[in-house]
Amino acid sequence: MSDNSLNNLPGGFKGMSHDMGSDQTAFKGVQWGKVMMWIFLLSDTFVFSCFLISYMKGRASTVVDWPNTSEVFSLHVGDVPVPLLLIAIMTFVLITSSGTMALAVKYGYEKNRKMCGWLILATAIGGLTFVGMQVFEWSKLIHEGVRPWENPFGAKQFGSFFFMITGFHGTHVSIGVIFLFIYARKVFRGDFDNGKRGFFTTMKSDYVAIEILGLYLHFVDLVWVFIFAFFYLW
Amino acid sequence: MSDEYNQKNTPLEAQSSETISGTPSKDIDYVRPAELPEQDLYHGHSFITKWIFCQDAKVIGIQYFLTAVFTGIVGLVLSWLMRLQLGFPELVPFITAEHYYQFVTMHGMIMVVYFLTALFLGGFGNYLIPLMVGARDMVFPYVNMLSFWMFFIAVCVLMASFFVPGGPTGAGWTLYPPQAILPGTPGSNMGIILMLVSLSLFVIGFTMGGLNYIITILQARTRGMTLMRMPLTIWGIFTATALAMLAFPALLVSCIMMTLDKMLETSFFMPAILQAGEVLNYEGGSPVLFQHLFWFFGHPEVYIVALPAFGIVSDLISVHARKNIFGYRMMVWAIVGIGALSFFVWAHHMYVSGMNPWFGFFFATTTLIIAVPTALKVYNWIITLFRANIRMNTVMLFCLGFIVTFVNGGITGIFLGNVAVDIPLSDTYFVIAHFHMVMGIAPLMVIMGAVYHWFPLVAGRMLSEKLGKWHFWITFLGAYSIYFPMHYLGFIGVPRRYYEMYDSPYVASATGMNEFITVAALIVGFAQLIFIYNIVSSLSIGKPAGKNPWKANSLEWLTPEVPPAHGNWGEKLPVIHRWPYDFNVPGAKEDYITQTTPPSEVISAKVEKT
Repeated sequence: MSDNSLNNLPGGFKGMSHDMGSDQTAFKGVQWGKVMMWIFLLSDTFVFSCFLISYMKGRASTVVDWPNTSEVFSLHVGDVPVPLLLIAIMTFVLITSSGTMALAVKYGYEKNRKMCGWLILATAIGGLTFVGMQVFEWSKLIHEGVRPWENPFGAKQFGSFFFMITGFHGTHVSIGVIFLFIYARKVFRGDFDNGKRGFFTTMKSDYVAIEILGLYLHFVDLVWVFIFAFFYLW
Repeated sequence: MSDEYNQKNTPLEAQSSETISGTPSKDIDYVRPAELPEQDLYHGHSFITKWIFCQDAKVIGIQYFLTAVFTGIVGLVLSWLMRLQLGFPELVPFITAEHYYQFVTMHGMIMVVYFLTALFLGGFGNYLIPLMVGARDMVFPYVNMLSFWMFFIAVCVLMASFFVPGGPTGAGWTLYPPQAILPGTPGSNMGIILMLVSLSLFVIGFTMGGLNYIITILQARTRGMTLMRMPLTIWGIFTATALAMLAFPALLVSCIMMTLDKMLETSFFMPAILQAGEVLNYEGGSPVLFQHLFWFFGHPEVYIVALPAFGIVSDLISVHARKNIFGYRMMVWAIVGIGALSFFVWAHHMYVSGMNPWFGFFFATTTLIIAVPTALKVYNWIITLFRANIRMNTVMLFCLGFIVTFVNGGITGIFLGNVAVDIPLSDTYFVIAHFHMVMGIAPLMVIMGAVYHWFPLVAGRMLSEKLGKWHFWITFLGAYSIYFPMHYLGFIGVPRRYYEMYDSPYVASATGMNEFITVAALIVGFAQLIFIYNIVSSLSIGKPAGKNPWKANSLEWLTPEVPPAHGNWGEKLPVIHRWPYDFNVPGAKEDYITQTTPPSEVISAKVEKT
C-alpha cells in the first residue's frame, strides 16, 4: 500500500461495517488476486460439497452393502493387514507440504529467494508424493477388481464415488504441483524481485502470487481432510 | 423522551456536507485519496489483440452480446418450429416426435443458459461494470478474455451437437436421468455427452468471468464510489454473479456425474433398469439426487437472469422518469435478500418428484417468502413512476412492459409455489406460461430497453424511436398473445412437452387457440427483424448521440470520449460525490446532477446524503 492510512482503521465488527461502507475497496489492503482466490475457493467449496453430499446420499441409499472400508483400504505389512496405514502416510505428507508452503510464503515476503524457492520445491515434491501414493492406491484397488462401474466387495457406488472424488481432488493437487514447479522456477530466476511481466498476462510478478498459490494448496489439503474422514473413517 | 434530552442544541436532521448552506469551503468536496496505484493495462496493437483476443472488457462485452444473440436466434427458430408443429402440424411433416423433443431441449437450454445468462452477465456485465464503478477495466483482463473464449467454445460444442449422429439431446432442458442417457430418448449418445461437456465448459468460462465481475465491484471502485452509491444495475449484476458462483458448482457436479453414468456406466443417478427385457448394468442410483443437484443450480439460475434485469430496469426507470429510484436501500437489500433466499427454494420444482412431503411444505413456505422482497421491488418501481416527469420513449415503454409482464408472471408463480395448486397444474401449459412470462419475456423486455438505452453509448448514435415503438408494441402485444392463452390451456389440462395433441376432447377444443398462439409467435419473431434492422441501420445513419443524450447521472455516460476508449477515463479517474439518482433536485439548476458533480457546485440544492 502506498500510504499508511490503512494502519489506523477500526477493528472488529465496527471495522467491517466501516470497510463495507467505504469507497474503493471492501477488503482494505488486500490484493485483487488474493480476493479472487478466496472467492474462487468459496465456489470450489461448493463443488466439493456437492460431490460429498452426493456421496453421502449415494452411500445411504445403496441396495447392496457398502464395503468394509478398513479392510478395503488396508495395506499388508508382512501378513498383517494394517488399516489406514497408507492413508495416514498420505495425509501426513500432504499436511507437511502445507507447512512447507506456509514457510515458503513467509520467506517470500522476506525476499529470501533461496529459502523460498527450496521450500516451494519441497512442497511440490510433497504434492507429487501424495499423487504418487494415490496412484498406488488406485492401482491396488483396480488390481483387486474395483472399477467405477463394479466392485467385488459390495456396492458398486463405492468404486464410482471413490474414483470420481479422489480423482477430482488429485487433479486439484496435480494442478497445484504444476504451478509450484512454475513458481519455483520464477522464484529462482528472480521474477518476483524484479517484477518481470508474465508471459501470458503481461502483468508484473509479485511475491503475493506465492501466497495466493499457498491459499489454493491449503484449501486442497483441507478438502483432503474431509475426503479422508468421509471415505476412510466412515 | 427524557427531560435531560436537550432538543434545542441537537440538530434533528443529520448533518450532511451536502446540505450545509453558506459559503462553500474546499473541505466539502473532500474525497479520500486513492488507495491503489493506477491499473496496469495491456494495450492491444494489432487487429487480433484489439478485436479478437481482446482484453478490453467493453469489446469482450460486445463479443459476449453478439455470441449470445446468435444462440438466442437459434433458440427463437427452434421455438418457431415447435409452434408450427403444435399449431399447424400438417405444414411441417418433416418434424418427427424426436425432432420436437430435441427442439424443446435445445430451446430451453439455449435460452436460459447460453442466451440470457451470457447476455446479462457476460454482455451487460462486462460492458457496464468497469464503466459504472469507475474502473479502467476488469481487474484481470486476461482471464476475462479467456472467459469469453471458453464461452465461445461451449457454444461451438453445443451447436456441434446438432450435427452429430443422433442429433442433439431430447431429454428436456432439465436433462433428467435415467431417460436422458438411455436409448429411446433422442440424442442419448453423442447429443447428451456434448450437452454435458458444453455446460461444463460454460461453467468454467463463467467462473473466470464471474471472479472478474465480483472483484472489480468489490475492490476496484473509484474514489468516492461506496457500495451504496453504485447504480442498481451493478447491484443486480453483482448479486447474480455471486449466485452463479455458488449455484454453478451443482450444475458442474451433476454434469460430471451424468457423463460418468453415460460413459463409464457408473450408477450415480441410475436405478436398476430393465430395458426391453434386458437388465442394464445399473443399480442403486438415485434419479432424485440429480433433480436436487440440478435445481440447486436451476432455481438460483432463475434469479441469475432476473436480478440483473431488476437492477437494469431500476436504472432505466429512474433516468427516464427523471426521479430518484424510490427506496434505493430497500431495493439493494431486496436484491440481496432475493439472492440469499433463492438458495432455499429449489425443491419447489420437484413437488411431483416423489420426495418427502414435508420438503414440499418447507419449500412452499420459503417460495412464498421470496414474494415479499420481490413485491417490494415492484411497488418501488411503481412509486418511482408515480407523479414522475416520465419520458414516454421506447426505453420507458419497455420498462413499463417489463413491470406488467413481471407482475403477471409473479402472480402465477404464487399459484405454482403452493403444493396443492401446483400438483394439478404441473406439467401443463400453465407452467410454460408462468416461466416464459417471468423469466422469458420480462428479462427480454429489460434487455431490449437496455439496448435502446445504452446503444448511444456503445455506438455513438441513437436508435430510431419510430422503429423502436413499432418494435415494442408488436413484441409486447404479441408476447401477451402467445403466453396469455397458455394459462387457459394449462387450466383445461393441456400437457406440456407433448409432440401433438391427439384427439382428447379438451385438447381438441384448444386447436384454434394453438393456431392463434403459433401465428402470434411467428409475428413476434419476425418483429425482431425490425430491431435488428434498427440496430444495423442506426450504426451508420442514426442521429449522432453526443455526450450523455439521456441526461443520466451514472458514470458510464461521463467518459471523456463517446464511445469510451480503452482505459475508459483518459488521464484521470473520475471522483464520485453522490449516488446516480439525483434527478429533479429542488434548488439545482438542471434536472440532473451527475455523480461527479462536487457538492460545492450544487450548494443550494437539497441533495440527499448518500
